[in-house]
Amino acid sequence: MLGWEFPPFISGGLGTACYGLTKAMSNLGIQVTFALPKPVETDCEYSTHVKMLSPSSIAGEPGMKMPLEYMQAEGEYLENVKFHAIKSLLQPYSTPQEYEQHFEEMIKMKRANGKLGTPNSNHEGYSVDESASNYCGNMYNEIHRYAAAAVRLASREDFEVIHAHDWMTYPAGIAVASVTGKPLVVHVHSTEFDRSGEHVNQEIYNIERKGMHAADKVITVSHLTRNIVLTRYGVVGDKVEVVYNGVERNGNNRPPISRVGIQNDEKIILFLGRITMQKGPEYFLHAAKKVLDVMDNVKFVMAGSGDMMKRTIEMAAELGIGHKVLFTGFLRGDDVQKVYEMADLYVMPSVSEPFGIAPLEALNHDVPVLISKQSGVAEVLTHVLKVDFWDTEEMANKIIAVLKYPPLQMTLREHGNFEVRKLKWADAAENCARIYSDVIYRAQPVC
Amino acid sequence: MPSVCFYFQVHQPFRLKHYTVFDKSIDYFDDHKNSAICRKVANKCYLPTNRLLLDLIRKHDGQFKVAFSITGVLLDQFHKYCPEVVSTFDALAQTGCVEFLAETYYHSLSYLYSRSEFLEQIEKHSSMTENMFGCKPRVFRNTELIYNDELAKTIESTGQFDAIITEGADHILKGRSPSFLYRPPECENLKLLLKNYLLSDDIAFRFSNKAWKEYPLFADKFAKWVNEHNGNGQVINLFMDYETFGEHQWEDTGIFGFLESLPEEVLKNPDNNFMTPSEVIRAYEPVDTVSVPHMISWADIERDLSAWLGNAMQSNAIHEVYRLEKMIKEARDERLMTDWRRLQTSDHFYYMCTKYFNDGDVHKYFSPYDSPYDSYINYMNVLSNLQTRCKKVLKEEQPLAAVN
Repeated sequence: MLGWEFPPFISGGLGTACYGLTKAMSNLGIQVTFALPKPVETDCEYSTHVKMLSPSSIAGEPGMKMPLEYMQAEGEYLENVKFHAIKSLLQPYSTPQEYEQHFEEMIKMKRANGKLGTPNSNHEGYSVDESASNYCGNMYNEIHRYAAAAVRLASREDFEVIHAHDWMTYPAGIAVASVTGKPLVVHVHSTEFDRSGEHVNQEIYNIERKGMHAADKVITVSHLTRNIVLTRYGVVGDKVEVVYNGVERNGNNRPPISRVGIQNDEKIILFLGRITMQKGPEYFLHAAKKVLDVMDNVKFVMAGSGDMMKRTIEMAAELGIGHKVLFTGFLRGDDVQKVYEMADLYVMPSVSEPFGIAPLEALNHDVPVLISKQSGVAEVLTHVLKVDFWDTEEMANKIIAVLKYPPLQMTLREHGNFEVRKLKWADAAENCARIYSDVIYRAQPVC
Repeated sequence: MPSVCFYFQVHQPFRLKHYTVFDKSIDYFDDHKNSAICRKVANKCYLPTNRLLLDLIRKHDGQFKVAFSITGVLLDQFHKYCPEVVSTFDALAQTGCVEFLAETYYHSLSYLYSRSEFLEQIEKHSSMTENMFGCKPRVFRNTELIYNDELAKTIESTGQFDAIITEGADHILKGRSPSFLYRPPECENLKLLLKNYLLSDDIAFRFSNKAWKEYPLFADKFAKWVNEHNGNGQVINLFMDYETFGEHQWEDTGIFGFLESLPEEVLKNPDNNFMTPSEVIRAYEPVDTVSVPHMISWADIERDLSAWLGNAMQSNAIHEVYRLEKMIKEARDERLMTDWRRLQTSDHFYYMCTKYFNDGDVHKYFSPYDSPYDSYINYMNVLSNLQTRCKKVLKEEQPLAAVN
């Protein structure tokens, strides 16, 4: 399995999905070898309760197995999963421009010497690594370097299927497939159209298209994404199957935490996700403005970071609601848990969301959710509020209703929490296993 | 001996507009949608079925009989959107072979929340029926056939009714047959007509179900089932939504052909006949007492109230609407009163049902909303506006009262 991020080093849903899927596969007895760019330390002043592993504990040459401590830190073993870290600067949701920017920043920091790892120095989760100078400053080169490393790795490993997650691993998937002749499954967690709207990066689009066409089977996370794969990438329908994501059952009940900066009678509306065009932060703010026009004791929390963060903070100020919108920066682990515990409603106003695991996690934390109809997860959830992302008046109407009519929140929470239990990673893993047997069977030479 | 007793429920609610918390309009009801649905159902069901029934009554020389319960909210809509439907019901009334039953004018659940409002709505419905069709109803059916012993006592105390119609639920019959007349406990004269849900649902629900082992159902087969009650039953109560004909069962299922040949097939056996509910209670005596301490209804397999009151949103919404009663009645504003009463129609609460929402069954089919949550939000926003209006009217009145 070729992936880009894995807990606790994640910036979005991809890592969560890879974790959930591999864990469920491990339980099914499927042997997974997971190759990912070497996770490097990120530090964030808000993630104080997350146990971060120092880079040294997982450092090593490409291809080195993850140490056991990593698994124990997670509190459980992934019995059948082996990890291979390949050193890289890559981040799953970055653009080539950002990559170059990170690269330059890192060189600068290295020169400044001593600023490494201090709070605020990499507020937005940028990776920093002492050996950055080993890498080259071009994202596409980096992807190909990863591909080459994956091929070397493949020659030493025994496996039956190659499963590549999202575009950055497609070249590696294609390379491994062509060297080994093993069937290739590409898993589309998002497409360039989701990330960039109509302003697609042609080079990324080409990589995606090539990967999808080279694959023996394409897995999409929703019918919404399946349609994009069919219409925008010209893949034949027979080859594309939908496997919905699942969610990990959340078991720990901890005492309520103090709500710093928020008065107890104040209601909290939560946005949690990357603050990028795709996630629709400006629609959230416009809705917030409309809510605040008629209600006072409510705060809007935006948890996450991203390329629109600065613009979003400015926009909140322009709308005159700056004092009602709190930005927390990127959250991990316990901090995510905490923010869910405080929230009265989780809002995901995504413009285009292939799936959207976060609403499932919100429901798992007993938080009712309001999601945009333009999300894959809307296909599987019924006990949630749904709205068109652009219809900020309706969004505000529904936010107010949740705050104003307690039985609504209660009913959503009860039914939603029950419904979310039916979305299991085990089912996703079984679907993948079925697809594996299918491609393995087809790959056998005809006698 | 079995008499076939048809009763058709004829109802459409006043559906609400999309109404957000920001809306200030006092027009709550979706004229466009209500008119479109009313006309559509009139063309598919009410008009063709009325015509067919009229032909059948004439053809069988008055031997074919049926009963209707038409809600006040639907008659209001007929007058507004398709008055020609009213004249075809009137033509049926003129034949003398059609009985009209009483219910709450607003198809409400008022019995459960306000006894006084309940009785006022029955009175309003009875006088409307009398004005329109020339006859005061003598048989009562409550919204969704909701019933218990207490309701029977309340209805008997009005002195206006001879019988009540309700569901022949297994758990109240306890092995007895619904094909007899029964009496409620602690009532002097009131009789009970119980729905034969097996035979009723064969027509209303299973008629076009290809997986059903009796499919396809023709009138001769149905008449045979009726004949099998000879010697062991007085009456076969076939109670169903009138929209069964042409709307729930589309024309191409053959439902009209079935109805057309049914009287002939049933009357082939000289022991059979058709009767209206009032004729049934004159012709037969109750054989036993049926006790119903807990509420029943004709809905879903549970035959209880959970389709309208099964979740927190539903009970909250209905409590809120009845909490306004005192205020609304004090305000003495006709428009406010009508709006408030139209908000009592049971359909509004049915749309909020989350029971089978996942399975996409009938609840979803009948709802104008995408989800039960949307329906609750909409309803509560409207109710909140109504309350504000009401308070305003009362505030304006108070200074006047002080002067006097």
